[in-house]
Amino acid sequence: MLKGQRGGMLRSYALIAPMFVFLLATFLLPVGMILWRSVSDPELRTALPETAVELSSWSGRGLPPANAYAALARDLAQVDGASLASLSRRLSYENPGFRALLQSTKRKLEAAPAGTTPDLVVLDPQWGANQTWQAMKRAAGPVGVFHILSALDLRQNYETGIGPSRPGAALYRSIILRTFTIASTTAILALLLAFPLCAFLARQSDRVRNLLLLMVLLPFWTSILVRTTAWLALLQDRGVINTLLMDMGLIDQPMKLLYNRIGVITALVHVMLPFMIFPLLAAMRSIDPRLFRAALSLGATPFYAFRRVYLPQIMPGVMAGTLMVFVVTLGFYVTPMLVGGPGDQMISYYIALYTTGTLNWGLASSLGLILLVITLSLYAIQNALLRRSGVGLR
Amino acid sequence: MLKQTKLLAASLLACTVCLAGASARDLVIVSNGGTFQEAQSNAIFKPFTAKTGIKVVEDTWDNGIGVIRTKVEGGDSGWDIVNAESEELEIACQEGLILPLDIDKLGGKDNYVPGAVHKCGIGAAIYNHVLAYDKTRVSAVPSWADFFDLKKYPGKRALRASPKTNLEFALIADGVPLADVYRVLSTPEGVDRAFAKLDTIKSSLVFWTAGGQPMQLLASGEVVMTSSFNGRVTNAINKEHKPFGIVWDKSLQTADSWVILKTSPNVDKAYELLKFAGEAEPQSHLPDVQPIGITSAKAVGMVKPELLADLPTAPENNKDVLQINDAFWIDNIDTLTARWAEWSAQ
Repeated sequence: MLKGQRGGMLRSYALIAPMFVFLLATFLLPVGMILWRSVSDPELRTALPETAVELSSWSGRGLPPANAYAALARDLAQVDGASLASLSRRLSYENPGFRALLQSTKRKLEAAPAGTTPDLVVLDPQWGANQTWQAMKRAAGPVGVFHILSALDLRQNYETGIGPSRPGAALYRSIILRTFTIASTTAILALLLAFPLCAFLARQSDRVRNLLLLMVLLPFWTSILVRTTAWLALLQDRGVINTLLMDMGLIDQPMKLLYNRIGVITALVHVMLPFMIFPLLAAMRSIDPRLFRAALSLGATPFYAFRRVYLPQIMPGVMAGTLMVFVVTLGFYVTPMLVGGPGDQMISYYIALYTTGTLNWGLASSLGLILLVITLSLYAIQNALLRRSGVGLR
Repeated sequence: MLKQTKLLAASLLACTVCLAGASARDLVIVSNGGTFQEAQSNAIFKPFTAKTGIKVVEDTWDNGIGVIRTKVEGGDSGWDIVNAESEELEIACQEGLILPLDIDKLGGKDNYVPGAVHKCGIGAAIYNHVLAYDKTRVSAVPSWADFFDLKKYPGKRALRASPKTNLEFALIADGVPLADVYRVLSTPEGVDRAFAKLDTIKSSLVFWTAGGQPMQLLASGEVVMTSSFNGRVTNAINKEHKPFGIVWDKSLQTADSWVILKTSPNVDKAYELLKFAGEAEPQSHLPDVQPIGITSAKAVGMVKPELLADLPTAPENNKDVLQINDAFWIDNIDTLTARWAEWSAQ
């Protein structure tokens, strides 16, 4: 390679370096940390190092060998309060009784005469139960699948295989399904509403179109929180819509429009509509109107011309808008929180709850990871479908 | 973003200071901002500086035990005293993130109201989860039993979207004496009983998440009764003249506490400030701005009578309340939150 060329390459690398560092710091690093947090399980290994080693080599069936009991007694004698507290919180994800069990066992061990090692099963019969030890083994770390399985309502049982974390548990699976249902409903409704509007706007003069677009842009520039709160005022039992309909005598009882799915979808579609309108309008404006007329003059019916000439040309805009609305809606937090009921909260609500509220970062990261994986696979499937149908996303 | 910039600036500043070799940095105190911190600043921080000449730098935070942990992990990061919620106090104390306090250096145990003294923290503000109601639609002062009685007072009710406090309220409404609430709740049957009681009004329940929502729900006529923080109700009644009522009986009480981070280089100054914060005279001015329950036993009699009536620590209001059991919630929050989420979404 010529010297001048190499210098040019270096210069261009230097130019993109800030962007690369920015991406690394704000995107790749956090995603990597989420990945790590979802499999990292360090508490037991920190608090009870010898026990962790013993548990790793135990099969998980029946009761662990005597070595494990002895290791636990030694570890408990040495563990400091801080590590034991962290471990108690980790084990309380499975069973809230673990803090009391560990604390009382430690106390009783300390009270025992020096030089003797009491039988742990005598100190507390829970140490004679396979489930107690299984829970400890699941936490033995340093990495494990406990958090990821929890986020899918599953738990590894060393005797019976992977099963539900609680009888009939389907909490997080239903939340994930709900998140995708809400996002796809929003995307479809936004498309249905935006399509006629864009078709209309595309045919107006620049002046009229810009004036009308301003009406789309004004709410777009308004804070999401303000717009959501405005929906509260409109939709509540004594809100504008219900009062108006009742005054007109159309209904006797206020309709339930708030704190349910209707409220969430209404507010979300309103918030997301501009994300659909702009790519769609751009696609429609780039079409040469003569093509449609040419199709008609060649004998196509209007519907046939629409389907075979118009639709394929705006397809990239439709896809870009739908995907944008769908993906952005997946991560919505504040709108469902304010206008939805408990059955309408999306996955981000639970991620926030476990991150800041209960400090269960493993579960929060696992939920985030699952959302990321499903979204990326949907995107890949859509891309593959588009490529097969011959329409690129560009 | 502004906060991050401030944080960055603060840490840069801290670095410059430590590079200069000076261990002395100003005493930094961190609270929750808003009128809450304004009240603390006017009543305590400013008079303290005026009296002792010790400069106090204020910062704000939005709580979260994770924040305390990250602040402490890398050594001193510029915070000394923090206004922490009771659960954060409990966890941070167990994990050794904050210093155990010597109560004798803070005026002694008797200087404070019961419940304000913890191994690692000293009470900063007391507040209650109370029942608030719309006087135009609820004729007599309601109890929690009335809250769960749709026949007596038809209409929707609002509760916080969290099992914490609601399971307690459900058991109280079901006739469990205050002293037995957490004993009952510690058994699987007790939890079932609480959820069964909540089932009876589920169709009429609305859930709130932000502290400002309950008053908005009452004001708009969406609900007839709601649970709420006491300060919000008092402000709605006194400042916005809403026809609301507040029920102190069988409310749930909790306290924010001052804690000293274990990495603080200003422990002596911090003790001085906390001792001052526990004295009666500065505390008696806390309620001037915000109805904060004061923690100094002697200050209760010094608060202006018209303000005292609205405080959680007023003897009238403090007769029949339950202290929220943080140890219970630290152990049970994960399993009960999962069950709550399942129950509420059905």
